[in-house]
Amino acid sequence: MIPDLGKYADTVLSAYAVSILLLIGLVVFSLLRGRKVRTQMEQVEQRVTRNG
Amino acid sequence: MTIAAKANSVWEYANPKKFLATSERVLPFFWVTSALCVGIGLIWGFFFTPDDYKQGSTVKIIYLHVPSALMAINCWLMMLATSLIWLIRRHHVSALAARAAAPVGIVMTLIALATGAIWGQPMWGTWWAWDPRLTSFLILFLFYLGYVALWQAIDDPDTAADLTSILCLVGSVFAILSRYAVNFWNQGLHQGASVMRAGAITGTDTEEKVSNVFFYPLLFCIIGFVLLFIALVLYRTGTEIRARRMRALLARERVGG
Repeated sequence: MIPDLGKYADTVLSAYAVSILLLIGLVVFSLLRGRKVRTQMEQVEQRVTRNG
Repeated sequence: MTIAAKANSVWEYANPKKFLATSERVLPFFWVTSALCVGIGLIWGFFFTPDDYKQGSTVKIIYLHVPSALMAINCWLMMLATSLIWLIRRHHVSALAARAAAPVGIVMTLIALATGAIWGQPMWGTWWAWDPRLTSFLILFLFYLGYVALWQAIDDPDTAADLTSILCLVGSVFAILSRYAVNFWNQGLHQGASVMRAGAITGTDTEEKVSNVFFYPLLFCIIGFVLLFIALVLYRTGTEIRARRMRALLARERVGG
């Protein structure tokens, strides 16, 4: 399935691996932090509303 | 609505609630279209384009190197615009948008530097050279790190926004140098612009331009990276707005005892 990359196969594949890992890492980290902050904020809002 | 009134309506998004409501409505579009464009561009470029007659299969690195380098520079310019809005109009959302964009810029710069080094090794015979474009890109990367560190180091968010905005103004010199260094200093290993050059497209200059076989999938990747950047910055700005509100609520709770 992978095209014949010749003598530069390691070069091309390592460039793709590094880039895709960094991109996925950035998206996943952003989503996880976003979800965590949203949950924490909702908890704090509920507590503040309850305590007046 | 007059043009002036329409222009003024942009400032409605300085309201955090309005920004969050609008960004949540448009985010699915940006996530989906960015994934589609990046996916199509990378699959087309990797599987269905030929090798270059000079560079062999390493030409496939262009689909990651060029869009990430483009976004590394444009991300800083976006941060410059939002920092100026903060300094002039004191809209918190703009300062938080700059803060949210910085880690995206770090990753884009890192991808550009890493793929450049990996590509440079077989083509130039070295991973790194103190070439004007490479060096200005490395300095831009250090500015990104300094920018994020400065936000982390200062407790008061308004002071942090002020100081990081000033740092952003200074760093803009290197963002612009990263783009035009090859034009200012006609030396070094890195080639000049061969993708986005108006003269090459209109035929008014005769320098070599990237072939259309490589250009079309590259265009998909560039559009995909731009859309991904917008999606990430909108989402991350929302996170920063919520984190700021949470800090404010906690501070109020502490004062209230």
